[in-house]
Amino acid sequence: MTSARNRELLALVPVAILLTAGFAGVFSQENEQLGNLSLIYGAYFLAVCLATHIFLRIRLPNADPYLFPLVATLTAFGLVMIYRIDETLARDQANWFVLGLVLFALTITFLRDYEVLERYRYTIAIAGLLVLLAPRVPGIGQQVNGAYLGVKIGPIAFQPAEFTKIAIVVFLASYLREHREVLIVGARRVLGVTLPPLKHFGPMLVVWGASMFMLVFIRDLGSSLMFFAAFLALLYVATGRFSFVVIGMAMFLIGAWFFASTVPHVHDRIEIWLHPYNDPEGTGYQILNSIFAQADGGLFGAGFGQALIVVPGTNQALLPAAQTDTIYSLIVNEVGLFGACGMLLVYLLIAARGFKIALLANDGFSKLLATGLTAVFAIQAFVIIGGVTRVIPLTGVTLPFISYGGSSIVANFVLLALLLLISDRARREAAEPAGRMAAMGAPA
Amino acid sequence: MNRQIVKLFAFIVVLFGVLVGFTSWWSVFDAEALKEKDANKRLLFEQQQIPRGRILAADGTVIAKSVPKGTGSSKRYVRRYPEGALFGHPIGYSFVQFGDSEFEQFHNKELIGEGSEFSSILDELLNERQEGNDIVTSIDADAQRLALAELEEAGFGAVVAIEPATGAVKVMASNAPLDPNRVPFDFEQLSQNEIDRPLVNRATQGLYPPGSTFKVVTAAAGLDSGAITAETTIDAPGSLEVEGTPLQNDFNQDFGPIGLDTALTNSVNTWFGQLGQQLGNDTLFQYMERFGFNATPAIDLPEDEVEKSGVWDIENEELLTAKDPVDLARLAIGQERLLTTPLQMAQVAAAVANGGKLMKPQIWKRVIDPDGRVTETMDPSVYSEAISEETAAELTTAMEGVVSEGTGTNAAISGVPVAGKTGTAETPGNKACGGGVDENQAWFIGFAPADDPQIAIAASVECTEQFGGDVAAPIFRDVAEAILNGE
Repeated sequence: MTSARNRELLALVPVAILLTAGFAGVFSQENEQLGNLSLIYGAYFLAVCLATHIFLRIRLPNADPYLFPLVATLTAFGLVMIYRIDETLARDQANWFVLGLVLFALTITFLRDYEVLERYRYTIAIAGLLVLLAPRVPGIGQQVNGAYLGVKIGPIAFQPAEFTKIAIVVFLASYLREHREVLIVGARRVLGVTLPPLKHFGPMLVVWGASMFMLVFIRDLGSSLMFFAAFLALLYVATGRFSFVVIGMAMFLIGAWFFASTVPHVHDRIEIWLHPYNDPEGTGYQILNSIFAQADGGLFGAGFGQALIVVPGTNQALLPAAQTDTIYSLIVNEVGLFGACGMLLVYLLIAARGFKIALLANDGFSKLLATGLTAVFAIQAFVIIGGVTRVIPLTGVTLPFISYGGSSIVANFVLLALLLLISDRARREAAEPAGRMAAMGAPA
Repeated sequence: MNRQIVKLFAFIVVLFGVLVGFTSWWSVFDAEALKEKDANKRLLFEQQQIPRGRILAADGTVIAKSVPKGTGSSKRYVRRYPEGALFGHPIGYSFVQFGDSEFEQFHNKELIGEGSEFSSILDELLNERQEGNDIVTSIDADAQRLALAELEEAGFGAVVAIEPATGAVKVMASNAPLDPNRVPFDFEQLSQNEIDRPLVNRATQGLYPPGSTFKVVTAAAGLDSGAITAETTIDAPGSLEVEGTPLQNDFNQDFGPIGLDTALTNSVNTWFGQLGQQLGNDTLFQYMERFGFNATPAIDLPEDEVEKSGVWDIENEELLTAKDPVDLARLAIGQERLLTTPLQMAQVAAAVANGGKLMKPQIWKRVIDPDGRVTETMDPSVYSEAISEETAAELTTAMEGVVSEGTGTNAAISGVPVAGKTGTAETPGNKACGGGVDENQAWFIGFAPADDPQIAIAASVECTEQFGGDVAAPIFRDVAEAILNGE
């Protein structure tokens, strides 16, 4: 049988071909002739991937072989789409990709014993929440479309929510690993509903409060939804109590409903979602054109480089925030329903590998951490794709590994590093006893 | 915990299933409806990115072309009409914000290159940008220029010239003219101008009383149905009592018993009035319909921009048929509630000129793809066999008399036999003319050479105090001469 790392290496080849073909497609559109530049870009990409692969071969030989190629597929796809929008943005994105891989390598090198995270869980949680507040700090905070999402210190700008999501998942995984027993045993039935024990209700209220706080103070509906959903997913996996999830969801909806009727920003987002045609040239412009772009794509799409992003002859955006929020609509426009489904399948495969890691992991913290990281990743993709397809209100969350944005790329590579660390240990522990037994020639 | 993890994954699969469902809905199932939405400007922008084909006159004069603006992905094409108002009618305009009209609208598919499904799918696979086809028209640029210039001298009106044997439209001029280049800048002013109405192509949309030119149709019906022969005489008194109102000849002139030639040459109302009564509703309407009345002319212009000619019940906006009671005597001389377009009267002249066969009028001649290959050529087709060759020949002789010695001497061309008929319909109180009491609709229809017809023409002038023979016949003569000399 092919070893895990050899499978990873084989899987990387089609990714490099995909990237090369994608760039070739965009080039042939823009320059009307095909240079060998796309081959050079493909070669660079392949070289970076190979370096990462060799690093994994040395540091994490047993880690899941499919995750990195799948992520590389998304990154390659995102690079092509961003290049197609704006060459300089793609250069930034490529640099962040490399920076992301550096942080990926550092995480793997220095967090080999990732249980150490458990020891600092409160520090991590508080630090995560504090950076989340940074966008409201005058001087460094930035407001984007009414939400306080960004921080800019000198030349460095980043979106703290991307990093906070990892911090929160680490904290929840550790907290629930310790308290899951009491949460299950201490639960009692009141009026036919199984409630968690009051004593441990407190920390859960804190998480609920934090996400409500984000809704109102940071005005980030998307991140708030994403965090809370990840929390409920972890709570469910840790306790097996579906009623907890229902209670949590009810609390979130009540809170969201309350703030939707009192906080104008949240209210507007929901109004636009429900009635976009009320102001097609104003507030409804982005979501409507997001949908129109998809209608323009059809089954097979218009082809790379064919979609309209700006109103011809002007600088006015036809598809606002095409490189971030609405990149999925652009993808549907250019590669059609089939291409978009292929991309959704890649996300699902990543989720499947992530949950597989959680299944294989031997200790509670590893299981919960892998589950949480995978869930928050998949839910993030759902929140933004659901936003641009009008499943839920549109909010400014990035599409992991595809959207333009350094914080998103770097944070998600750290997330990937943690998953691979858990995977390596789980698979090594699973392989070791069997290997020993085989060596001893154990009877069947 | 493993069971919960599997369930969580199942839940996420469901969530992504919802995404696939919504994406399918927007991109495929609801896509057509979304493309139609007013808020969706994409289709317009995309059409703007296609270099629309050129429209050319028969001699190669560029009537319409697309010029690029901007570069890269913001590159788009804007329509230009180098000759300004010269071909404004019947070519019309095509602008993303203001839509399209007339020839530009009718031939949109060829002009943006959607001719063949197969080639456009192939182009998509090859990632080639769509490119439009050129269309060469049969319009004679010099004759068009002359016609428009003379109309601008004479007043509002229209000139239509058709090649009788093929139906090829050589001239279609309408005054007030439209400079399509102005459309993007002055659209409101152009569409709200109630007097000039420059957006209206009077050749196909101007409904006018045809006056005595209609006597050609009455005569054709009489001869072809066998009601009369060329020798049959009818007594033509100075005045005839019809439905309680006297129908009079000019100056109440009493002609006595005369045949068709004399009656047509002198445009004798009482003669044709009696012929009409003799023919009856059924026969007269039957021949009108054979000449194209009561139907939209089969020309390559949008149906809603081409009016039907016939007896109009204006109040109910309905065309009367043979079943409806009409004043046959007045209908026979082009009165009653008869309203016709200049195009319709040109069709009458063309049918007689072509030995009785009415060809479908067509402006386009051939389509040329971006590689210079001719992909389609206009194939002349018969609209109807209106009258027999014999009838046509007899009618031609009578119409020659009109030009050689009758009301239409101003249409004569030296050295070329001309057949024609004048018409002058009194239109007192016409709002378009400012409501004056002496306003006429002046007409001339005819063809030349009478013995080998190359061109059939209808010229019509609104709001003139002159007669058809004075104001319309000279336009006929000059335009016919220009076309005959050009060949």
